[in-house]
Amino acid sequence: MTAVMPPGTATAAAAAPVPPAPTRPVLARDWRRLARMAAVGAVAQIFIALSNMPVRLDERVVVKPVLSLGYLTLLIVPFAAGHRVGHQIKREGTPVHAAGAHEVAGGAACGALAAGGLSLLAVLLANFDLREPLVNWSPMLAELLAFGNSTSFAVVIWLLIGAAVGASGGLMRLLGPRTRRAAVTIAITVAGVAVMEPLVVDLAEGMGLEALTDRLYARRGGLEWVSALVLAAVAGILAVLGRGRLREARNRIAVQEGAKRTRTNFGLILLTGAALVILPLFAGKLTNELLANVGLFVLLALGLNIVVGLAGILDLGYVAFFAVGSYTAAVLTAATSPRIHPEMPWLVALIFVVVITGLVGLFIGAPVIRMRGDYLAIVTLGFGEIIRLLFLSDWLSGTFGGSQGITKIPGAGIFGLTSVAGTDPRRVFYLVLAFCAIAIYVSWRLERSRLGRAWMAVREDETVAEAMGINTVNVKLLAFVVGAILGSFSGAIFSAKVGSVFPNSFLILVSIVILVVVIFGGMGSIVGVIAGSAVLIGVLGGPKQPGLLAEFSEFKLLIYGALLIWMMLARPEGLIPSVRRSRELHQEEMAQDAWLKGQVEDDTANGDTATAPAT
Amino acid sequence: MLRTGRPRRRTSRTGVDWFLTFLRVALLTLVIVGLLAFIWQEIDTDNPFARWANPDATGLTGAQFRGLIVSGVAQGCMYGLIALGYSMVYGVLGFINFAHGEVFMVGAMTGMITSNKLADAGLWESNFIGSLVFIVVVSMIVCTLTAVVMERVAYRPLRGSPRLIPLITSIGVSFFIQNASIVLLGPAAKAYPDVPDWVKDKHTFMQIEGARILVVVVAAVSMAVLWYLVEHTKGGKAMRAVAEDAEIAALMGINVNRTIVRVFAVGGAMAGLAGILWGILFRSVIHTTGFLPGIKAFSAAVVGGIGHLGGAMAGGITIGVAESVGPLLILEPLGVSGVSQLRDAVAFAVLIGVLLLRPAGIFGERLPAEDRT
Repeated sequence: MTAVMPPGTATAAAAAPVPPAPTRPVLARDWRRLARMAAVGAVAQIFIALSNMPVRLDERVVVKPVLSLGYLTLLIVPFAAGHRVGHQIKREGTPVHAAGAHEVAGGAACGALAAGGLSLLAVLLANFDLREPLVNWSPMLAELLAFGNSTSFAVVIWLLIGAAVGASGGLMRLLGPRTRRAAVTIAITVAGVAVMEPLVVDLAEGMGLEALTDRLYARRGGLEWVSALVLAAVAGILAVLGRGRLREARNRIAVQEGAKRTRTNFGLILLTGAALVILPLFAGKLTNELLANVGLFVLLALGLNIVVGLAGILDLGYVAFFAVGSYTAAVLTAATSPRIHPEMPWLVALIFVVVITGLVGLFIGAPVIRMRGDYLAIVTLGFGEIIRLLFLSDWLSGTFGGSQGITKIPGAGIFGLTSVAGTDPRRVFYLVLAFCAIAIYVSWRLERSRLGRAWMAVREDETVAEAMGINTVNVKLLAFVVGAILGSFSGAIFSAKVGSVFPNSFLILVSIVILVVVIFGGMGSIVGVIAGSAVLIGVLGGPKQPGLLAEFSEFKLLIYGALLIWMMLARPEGLIPSVRRSRELHQEEMAQDAWLKGQVEDDTANGDTATAPAT
Repeated sequence: MLRTGRPRRRTSRTGVDWFLTFLRVALLTLVIVGLLAFIWQEIDTDNPFARWANPDATGLTGAQFRGLIVSGVAQGCMYGLIALGYSMVYGVLGFINFAHGEVFMVGAMTGMITSNKLADAGLWESNFIGSLVFIVVVSMIVCTLTAVVMERVAYRPLRGSPRLIPLITSIGVSFFIQNASIVLLGPAAKAYPDVPDWVKDKHTFMQIEGARILVVVVAAVSMAVLWYLVEHTKGGKAMRAVAEDAEIAALMGINVNRTIVRVFAVGGAMAGLAGILWGILFRSVIHTTGFLPGIKAFSAAVVGGIGHLGGAMAGGITIGVAESVGPLLILEPLGVSGVSQLRDAVAFAVLIGVLLLRPAGIFGERLPAEDRT
């Protein structure tokens, strides 16, 4: 094991030194660390409980009748705390003690203390009335915490539950890597199948497999406990049997080179494409609607990915291009548009959309492109807001309808063959899919072009890129324009799909959500961005669009915010990172690894890596 | 032409340069034509030039004009107080703490909760000044804690990473705090209790509401205290040293971490104070309260020259006055209708204009060399 330090743990390590003992008795723990972990866990528990998440999500059953999503949100914290408290930072020079019974004991203690937050909350709920500022300070919460029993029951039961869950979190450290992986696979499979219930039911109906879903799911949502057990068993067996092979196959593809690699990639893309074309035929309205929403965000995210991921320009006003695209398409196609209403066919309007958004991109881009990165972020945010305010204002309401927006936008007609409108999500999805294919192809080709390399050079070091003869201003401006045009496609489809545009669909938070999608998926990685929008938009939902977990709609923005912080702290390269980007982010660690292996003789490598903050 | 404050790197001018020059000229022309039209319109409403620019121009009366200026100054003082936090953090760490506006919102919310509790107990009416001091203290403590926890959790682990990363994190923090406020306190706007008449009513002195006088006085006093803290105490000296060069400061025996925490604490306290002033002035607070004032305060910090304490305050007042007067002074005479809706757009336009015309702000920046790229 080499000395890889996950980013962000460096200072935590400095603050909490790992005890040196290689083997330890059960009760010899780093008590300060445990207390801190438990305190953080308790605060998190109280916050989650007071945010109304458990009460609201209690309606959504994961496994009937034992577990609802509401209780799941409460159980995750002691589990994580119990697991995390045994975390050791593996660094050269610090001894690593073996996992043992103390992991379980520590996990149990930490979990119990973390869940103790809920016990405390139960007592407070019974004795004080703080409903004035805290809207969720309700008897319902008290009842949920006490499982319908008395307060003292709640106090005891949560300590016990916390201890048990925390201990199981600690137990995870004792498992070997294969068993742990199997356990994770089982958990993800069961949770995933439960979460995807509407999707699975919808698809099964399309394929005539109602019998299966009737057996799998209880009537009022959630998995039957029997089917949950069966699923867990199947997933476990599959994990034990197949896990190694999947990884092997992936490695085999990863080491392929040149034409062979291209062929494999081509095959994979063809397979995915075919699946995406065939799948909607069997799916009902719900699935197609969901897929169409995901597709719209894939388009937006791919556009932002070029700006943020490739060129490294943090554009917080990206929603402006989405808005301009939508409004241009709406004005040009709708008969109800107040001033100008040429009623063009959608495809003709699309040409104007591209031209106009490109010009707007140039107009916004040119003044900001010379600014330093953080000023640029704020100024683009300002532009995004200005554009929305202009669409909203009375001044331009003669053209854009002000707060009334433009309604009754006709669907998108394609060569007179077919018309795509929101009433038929399947056609919308195919339209989105076609544009996604274009966007993916464009992104993929651009990434490997001279321009793409120039973007990445600018991202990594602008001064050096300029010295290498890259015209940084023009290159960055081009990134802005290309990103704008990809975003405008999404806007044009959006207006045809929804049938109306309002200024309130283009709030700044849309930009932020797209940014979260790009960062979660992996900046600069096309696959990552697609996966990011599928997971986030598909499961949690977009700013206004519901996802699979419709119950989460109140909390999704909160989760997006937390996710953004967590990703930046723990995994800034994203879910599926682009190789180059993650190398860039972990430069120092790699240099350190190389130095430790003795590959770098020069002492300066050490000097560079020793720039950890002074404590 | 105004100097851009940055040495020219190229001798040949590219298309972008021409475009920027065009934008600068267009912006100045817009402002000048608007102002001229306004002046004409003030002299004589039936003046043909004013008629041509805006057929139904009415002009402003002296009282209206004074009212706009006063409300702009009061609002600007609040922006200035928030801007201090942005400016100080930028000076020390070199990144925009995007979530600072939310600290301000937390302050306003804390004030709302505390003052309503006090009003329930009857203390708010009977002893207004005392309760006001109390809610200010509570709100400053809560905001200081928020800012310090924020620094510890989200920013300290990221010190030394590429500069966009803490910025993105701070966007996440901002988003999180805003939505945490929604889920904990509910999405509806919440009201402050009623304030005494002397705060609400206009005084004989220049017809200004008491609340606005209060805001300006409190801002001036806290500015003076802060100036003393930064310029004349040992801790302030440490802050300036860290802002100049953190590594050298550490070598000189300054505890850099503690100093940074202190900077966040001071910024948070100022934001908390601004939050209370906001509450007294507008008597309503909602989870988005922090967003626009935050952005405008950042604009104020940039306009005044980032890293400059006095600059932040001056920038705040500039932005406040510009957004309250600008729409009526420049846009209305040009025939733009419904100008009051555009005040936020004007505030952003001021930021963009300043960055186009003079990126270093009015008083110039005080940043370490490596951040001035």
